[in-house]
Amino acid sequence: MRLSAAEVAHVGRLARLELSEEELDCFAGQLSAILEHVETMGRLDVSGVAPLSHPAELRNVLRADEPRPCLAREDVLAAAPAAEDGRFAVPRVLGEEP
Amino acid sequence: MSAPGGQGGAGGSRPALEVAQAVRAGEVSARDVLEQALEQIAGRDGELRCFNAVTATAARAAAEAVDGRVARGEDPGPLAGVPVALKDNLCTRTAPTTCSSRILEGWVPPYDATVVTRLAAAGAVVVGKTNMDEFAMGSSTEHSAFGPTRNPWDLTRVPGGSSGGSAAAVAAGLVPVALGSDTGGSIRQPAALCGVVGVKPTYGVVSRFGLVAFASSLDQVGPLAATVEDAAAVLEVVGGHDELDSTSLPLPAPRLREVLAEGVGGMRVGVLSDMLADASPGCAAAVRAAAEALTAAGARVEEVSVPELLHGLSAYYVVAPAEASSNLARYDGVRYGLRVEGEDVETMNARTRAAGFGPEVKRRIMLGTYALSAGYYEAYYGRAQKVRAVVAEAFARAYLGAEVLLAPTSPSVAFPLGEKTADPLEMYLADLYTIPSNLAGHPAMSVPFALGEGGLPVGVQVLAPALGEREMFRVGAVLEAAADPKARAPLAAGARA
Repeated sequence: MRLSAAEVAHVGRLARLELSEEELDCFAGQLSAILEHVETMGRLDVSGVAPLSHPAELRNVLRADEPRPCLAREDVLAAAPAAEDGRFAVPRVLGEEP
Repeated sequence: MSAPGGQGGAGGSRPALEVAQAVRAGEVSARDVLEQALEQIAGRDGELRCFNAVTATAARAAAEAVDGRVARGEDPGPLAGVPVALKDNLCTRTAPTTCSSRILEGWVPPYDATVVTRLAAAGAVVVGKTNMDEFAMGSSTEHSAFGPTRNPWDLTRVPGGSSGGSAAAVAAGLVPVALGSDTGGSIRQPAALCGVVGVKPTYGVVSRFGLVAFASSLDQVGPLAATVEDAAAVLEVVGGHDELDSTSLPLPAPRLREVLAEGVGGMRVGVLSDMLADASPGCAAAVRAAAEALTAAGARVEEVSVPELLHGLSAYYVVAPAEASSNLARYDGVRYGLRVEGEDVETMNARTRAAGFGPEVKRRIMLGTYALSAGYYEAYYGRAQKVRAVVAEAFARAYLGAEVLLAPTSPSVAFPLGEKTADPLEMYLADLYTIPSNLAGHPAMSVPFALGEGGLPVGVQVLAPALGEREMFRVGAVLEAAADPKARAPLAAGARA
């Protein structure tokens, strides 16, 4: 699989990563080489094999539904780059108010 | 090449359990032990760069609390006064937790990881946070945003990774024990390259609560130590069920120290022949010598071929980046860490991540995002999950004829700084022999056994099936006793020379 710079740019947008022209070129080559190696998986016969997503066999792990203390809002907001009125602050999402 | 480390008697170069015994008996204070460790760190860490942060103030308070318990006749815990270092992806309220990344620089978590709480309850004294490959992605600690850690055996070489700071700190005798995390070999490989013991427990034996997630189905916390017994003692303290981690097994911590003297008489051991083929002559020779030592100790040793295991690498470099691309989506400039402003949310997210992540983390996020994207999911992620199942089934067949398996931990001894940074694939191959155990969720440990190329230490890897820690540690103890003492750091240079 040979990735083009345009495909790398598309993946970069999906991953919310702003990439420079240099990075696009560099990743196109490196990711192609890695994917080529990964494709050696194709040599192993996996027909009829059930996929394994996780090694643990635990199912439906639930705790008792009892209220208990959680992290204090001010402690959590103190770590945020921007906070306002007890909330995380981000650039405006909706259009300007009238 | 000679084993690194301080002279006998200093805090880090005495085994943890000796330190704890002396502190519990009131022969030495936890505070004095701590001051010695801090002195060692101050003296050596300028050139080694094991630590991202040394938490002297919190450590002094913790040590004094231990001394207070001793003075009042209370039980100060099994690790009383033992200085420990924590990989910088374990959350601590007393110190920043950075994962060696600019994106988390300066972030102080609002809670402690469960392993940190348990170490403190056992009387251990956290002295600092250790350097690592950024977000644990790497095999040399060169992918740290804060600069590489150096191998105490040879300052021009890497300590391995990603838990390189923890391994080097133990190897240099700065601390007797440390915690790391192992997603594809990140405890065992640096342990091997630094001549210390490193253990990846069965998935679910140690809580991941407060471990910053890399690949959640593979990550596991474990100890690095100068001795097998110390590694066992730490695992006994940090292991066991934790209701804060839904993947934590509902079992108590394994009891390990009680089996260390049992030997390996009658135990069936398989030597993974496929993993000897491409290892360096020194690394392959160490495994063969280890097999002979186990035979001499009464084990029934046979070579076994399990070629499917080597396909694990390809599956891993799809599964781990896929999980990472999802886990690292949280670093978006909103809730913690770095923010680079942008005119809208999406631009702010993309600029923050561009500035905050280093090249290897970006590469893995890209790889994982691609493997999970529409049109490629089945060919890459779907197929990798099936290969993962094949690896697990191959292990299951091998364990029908053996209680434990033996292999090299790393294909080579510690390599020079800069040797593999230009070619990511070359770096990935360093994990070829350690990855299969992560895919299957099995325990595995590296025990320093011999000197290889250039007089550098070689680790032998002991692999066991899920919850096979007791058998694994029995083998580890026999290997430790049969090992070349010059291959072990730092005790060979210190008290036991």
